[in-house]
Amino acid sequence: MQTFDLADSDLRTLNSTLHAQNDDTNQTAWTIENPKGAHAIACGLDAPIEVTIKGSTGYYSAGMNQQATVNIKGSAGPGVAENMMSGKVVIDGDASQYAGATGHGGLLVVKGNASSRCGISMKGINIVVHGNIGHMSAFMAQSGNLVVCGDAGDALGDSCYEARMFVRGSVKSLGADCEEKEMRPEHLEILKDLLEQAESDAKPEEFKRYGSARNLYNFNIDNAY
Amino acid sequence: MSNENNGIPRTTPRQSYTFNQDVNSDIRRAAATGIYDIRGGGAKRKVPSFDDLLFMGASISRYPLEGYREKCDTSVTIGGLNASNPIELDTPVTIAGMSFGALSGPAKEALGRGASAAGTSTTTGDGGMTPEERGHSTKLVYQYLPSRYGMNPNDLRKADAIEIVVGQGAKPGGGGMLLGQKISDRVAAMRNLPKGIDQRSACRHPDWTGPDDLEIKILELREITGWKVPIYVKVAGARPYYDVTLAVKAGADAIVLDGMQGGTAATQDVFIEHVGQPTLAIIRPAVKALQDLGMHRKVQLILSGGIRSGADVAKAMALGADAVAIGTAALIALGDNDPKWESEYNKLGTTAGAYDDWQDGLDPAGITTQDPELMARFDPIEGGRRLHNYLSVMTLEAQTIARACGKNHLHNLEPEDLVALTMEAAAMAQVPLAGTDWWPGKGGSY
Repeated sequence: MQTFDLADSDLRTLNSTLHAQNDDTNQTAWTIENPKGAHAIACGLDAPIEVTIKGSTGYYSAGMNQQATVNIKGSAGPGVAENMMSGKVVIDGDASQYAGATGHGGLLVVKGNASSRCGISMKGINIVVHGNIGHMSAFMAQSGNLVVCGDAGDALGDSCYEARMFVRGSVKSLGADCEEKEMRPEHLEILKDLLEQAESDAKPEEFKRYGSARNLYNFNIDNAY
Repeated sequence: MSNENNGIPRTTPRQSYTFNQDVNSDIRRAAATGIYDIRGGGAKRKVPSFDDLLFMGASISRYPLEGYREKCDTSVTIGGLNASNPIELDTPVTIAGMSFGALSGPAKEALGRGASAAGTSTTTGDGGMTPEERGHSTKLVYQYLPSRYGMNPNDLRKADAIEIVVGQGAKPGGGGMLLGQKISDRVAAMRNLPKGIDQRSACRHPDWTGPDDLEIKILELREITGWKVPIYVKVAGARPYYDVTLAVKAGADAIVLDGMQGGTAATQDVFIEHVGQPTLAIIRPAVKALQDLGMHRKVQLILSGGIRSGADVAKAMALGADAVAIGTAALIALGDNDPKWESEYNKLGTTAGAYDDWQDGLDPAGITTQDPELMARFDPIEGGRRLHNYLSVMTLEAQTIARACGKNHLHNLEPEDLVALTMEAAAMAQVPLAGTDWWPGKGGSY
C-alpha cells in the first residue's frame, strides 16, 4: 500500500506519481490522506490501480479516468469522473453537479445523492446513484445507462439521444423529447448487472425506464428544399 | 411596358429598400419551409474591416528596411507562460479549428500538410482528432468543446496545445449543428451518435460555468497533460475586454478572439448576421485588457474572423495581436468555391463564391462533404501544396508591409503605423482618421 499525504505534498507531485504507473506496475494500491476538498485529485489516471481518497474532494476528481478504481471516502465536488473512459469510481457520500459528465465508459457509483446535471452529455458511461439526482440530469445524454435508486428531479433526459435512464422512485418531470419506455427483459438484465456492481439491493423490477422519443432527431421541416 | 398610361407618364417601378429582393426571398423561403435558414460561413454583410485601414509607410522620421534583403522576423512563440513545451511557429498565420464532420478527412489532412509545410499550427474541431490530421500536422491544437464529441485523454495528450472553446465569432452564444446528411458511419461513430440525425452541439460546457470554474477546469487539463502544453481559450467577439480579462484570470496561456466574419460549418443565418461584432471592433478592447493586466505579449492574442491577406495579418499585428487564424480563407485556398465547379454550383441554385450550404454535404469541391464520390475529387497533397503557397504569400506580404514601416519583426508593427479611411474604422481601431490626428472617442477609456 502506497500512502500519499496531501498535507505534506502537492497535487502536481501526487498526480505525476499516479500517472507514472503503467499496466505492469506492482504498486497497485494507493491511499491519499488529507484531500481537504482539493481539485483535480487523481485525474487522468491510466493504469490498473486502486486509489482510495480518505475524505471529500473538490472539482473533477478522477476526471478522464482510464482503468483505475478510485474510491472517495467522503463526498465529491462538481464534475467527478467527468469524461471517464473506463475503470470505476465509487463515492461513499454525495456528488455535486455534473457527476460523470460526458463519460465514455466505466462505472460511476454514488452511494449518496447526486446533484443537478448528473450524467450530462454521457457517451457510454454507466452511472448508479443509490439516492436521488437533481434537475437536468442526463441532458443531451448520448449513450450508456443512468440508474437512480431514489427520485429524479426536473427535466430528466432533456434532449437525450440513445442513453437509457432507469429510475426507481418518482420523476419530477421529463425533459424535452424524453418519455417512459417499455422495460424489456434485456433492460432488466442490464439493471441487474449494474445494481450488483454498485452493491445496491434494489430490485430491477422496481424501476421504470426512460429514453428518447426521437422526435428531435431531425428538424421538422414543412417542405424542405 | 409602356411608359405612359392614357397619356399620363408612369413612375419608374421602384423596389423597396426595406423589402428588397433578398429580403423577399428570405420571407418566401421561410413561408415555404417553416424553418430558419441554415448555412455555413461567416457574416456576409458589409462591416467596418481591415480594408478601412492603411499603413503610412516610412518617411523622413521613419526609415524602411530593404525589401527581400534585410531581416524581418515572423516567428512567434505561443503559450510560454505556463507550458513547458510552448508552440513555436515560423509564421503567425495559423489554421483555425474546423471539424472532421464539417470537413472531409482528406480536407483535414490537407490543412495539416499545408500548415506543417509553412511551419504553423492547425486545429481540430467539434468531432475529435482524426489520425489523418494528427499524422500530417507537426503542430496540432486540440479543441476542447462543449459537446466533447470524440474527446478522450489519449488524444488530449497527443495535442501540442489545447484550445478551450467558449465561443465562436459566427455565433457567440450558440452551439454547433451538423445535419444528418453529413453524419456518415465514421462521423457517427466518432461522435457516439445515431447515423443520419440532425446533430446539435451544446452551447455551454457541461461541467463548468463562469470564470472561477474555468480556472479549475484549466487546472485539471494541465494536470492531465503534465503542464506540458499551452492552454488557449477561444472566445467570440462578444465582450472582448471582459472576456479576455476573465480568460487571463482563469489562467489561459493564449486567447483566440474570433470576430463575426469568422466562419461556421452550419448555423442559422440570422445568428451569423445579427449576433457578434466585427473583427476590427474587438481587437483594441482585447489588447487593452491584456495591457491593463500587464499580460500583453505574455498571454498571446490570436485574432481570427475574415483574415484574408498579408495586409490583414500586418494590420492585426499592428493593433496588438500576436498571431492570426484563418478558416474560410484556408478553405478557399484548398479549392472551396472555385469557379471551375460553376456548372455544379448552378445546379445547386448558387454560384461560385456564394456557395454556403456546407451543411448539405453536396460540396462540388469535395471539401465540406462526407460523400465518398465528392471527397474523391479533392487531392489532399495538392490541397496541402496550395495552402502552403497561400500561407507563404500571406507571410511575404506581411513582411513587405513591415519592412516598409521600418520593422524587423512583425510584432514591432504598432497602431502608430496606421490611419483609418472612415470614422467607424478610426473609432474601432483607435487610429487617426486619415489626414487628421483624431479619432472618435480619443481620450476615452477604450
